Amino acid sequence: MPTLDMAACSLRELNATLQQQTAGTNDAEWEVLNPRGSHAVAVGLDGPLTVSVRGSTGYYCAGMNKEATILIEGSAGPGVAENMMSGKVVIDGDASQYAGATGRGGTLVVKGNASSRCGISMKGIDIIVHGNVGHMSAFMAQSGNLVVCGDAGDALGDSLYEARLFVKGAVKSLGADCIEKEMRPEHLELLAELLERGEVKDARPEDFRRFGSARQLYNFNIDNIDAY
Amino acid sequence: MCGIVGLFLKDEALKPQLGDLLADMLITMTDRGPDSAGIAVYSDADGAVSKITIQSDRPDEDFSEIEIALIEAAGGAASLSRNDTHAVITAPSDKMPLVEAHLAASHPALRVMSRGDVIEIYKEVGLPEQVVDRFGIRSMHGTHGIGHTRMATESAVTTMGAHPFSTATDECLVHNGSLSNHNSLRRRLVREGMKFETENDTEVGAAYMTHRMQNGANLGEALEDCLSALDGFYTFVVGTKRGFGVLRDPIACKPAVLAETDRYVAFGSEYRALVNLPGILDARVWEPEPATVYFWEH
Repeated sequence: MPTLDMAACSLRELNATLQQQTAGTNDAEWEVLNPRGSHAVAVGLDGPLTVSVRGSTGYYCAGMNKEATILIEGSAGPGVAENMMSGKVVIDGDASQYAGATGRGGTLVVKGNASSRCGISMKGIDIIVHGNVGHMSAFMAQSGNLVVCGDAGDALGDSLYEARLFVKGAVKSLGADCIEKEMRPEHLELLAELLERGEVKDARPEDFRRFGSARQLYNFNIDNIDAY
Repeated sequence: MCGIVGLFLKDEALKPQLGDLLADMLITMTDRGPDSAGIAVYSDADGAVSKITIQSDRPDEDFSEIEIALIEAAGGAASLSRNDTHAVITAPSDKMPLVEAHLAASHPALRVMSRGDVIEIYKEVGLPEQVVDRFGIRSMHGTHGIGHTRMATESAVTTMGAHPFSTATDECLVHNGSLSNHNSLRRRLVREGMKFETENDTEVGAAYMTHRMQNGANLGEALEDCLSALDGFYTFVVGTKRGFGVLRDPIACKPAVLAETDRYVAFGSEYRALVNLPGILDARVWEPEPATVYFWEH
């Protein structure tokens, strides 16, 4: 497994090297040593490689990810996996504010807690949090799924569009236009798949409640439902 | 932005390293604020002795004059220790009012950085590394300390606009954010008798906490009261003679990381600031919750 040691190489070298590993690369497994809270580690990746980051990261780790799997063996600072297009990001520890913000695809797994604004403006990403999420999570979330195995903070799903929110624990308060919705069989099926993809072993789909948009704040038109 | 660091020692064996550890933490935060930097160091109390940290734009002349005058004012019981643009005057607590009266009368342009039994504050315009070097922060010992590197938004880039702000003996506060109701709150506090030296928002936060503590609140209660009195963005780290507190506003967009081991409590605006601390890999590391008071006391 090729190794990039941030004690010895610059951030630009690290990202340039990883960004060059596109489809068909011979080096599909990488490890990053000594991240020590550095910003923008492993951003803009564009190929089916797996990067193991051995430690905690600072702002914007794994941003704009396409196809790559990025495993953070520690906690992540603000904006982790921001605007992810596809691929998977797994954080062993906690994630700071706005994890998975604006993500259009792929899977973000937080094995600890995520703090405020998790999944803000998400546009198709699936986010699975094993612990709690902070206030204003899924603010203006447009599509995709947010699964919270712990509790959710204040104003969950404020100004929500068509993202689906599943919470197992307590919800401190719902944001404007976010309501609890019936859990139908198709949601249980979807949630089972999300829990499996999110490596959640100790929860069943039946344990969760579903929240979504009341569709009173934005111009929802049923004819456009396929667009979400 | 602004960068904050803080270190509150539980293990006395770390006291000789306080300045060195804080210096590294603060320098790591340099790119969060390039305007000015400051550090408050709390050392062990020395019986009946108090100290005052002063700053001058013409330290050579001022400090020499003051050294001579101190002998007259305090009969040799007071001493002045120069440190670049700053100096620490140490005197028996009962003589300190005489010393202060003399300074106010003969050197009105002098700036007082801090007063107290244990606190010393050093702050200047410049990068953290420059501030650390010019004052020899690395060799300072102490029980706890707080550092700040500033990106100014609310008032001028000057020595007095740098953090930490101290508005009472042995108290100080550093701030990342901006308060939006500081003018009205300042007017209210002035009516209550508080004095201000700058137009800065953070000084109002510090004075508000001082006012609360002068009216009987403890550190935790004073922090709690900030949640209703202050409007705006803030991550605060506060020092008192024996205490160390952290508070984030309810929106909590200004970053904060706490770490605790059985040897220390450490604060950083980012985790990067903490990575050189001893035993950090085994520390409990967490993001302080919004609108939640954290404080520790010796």
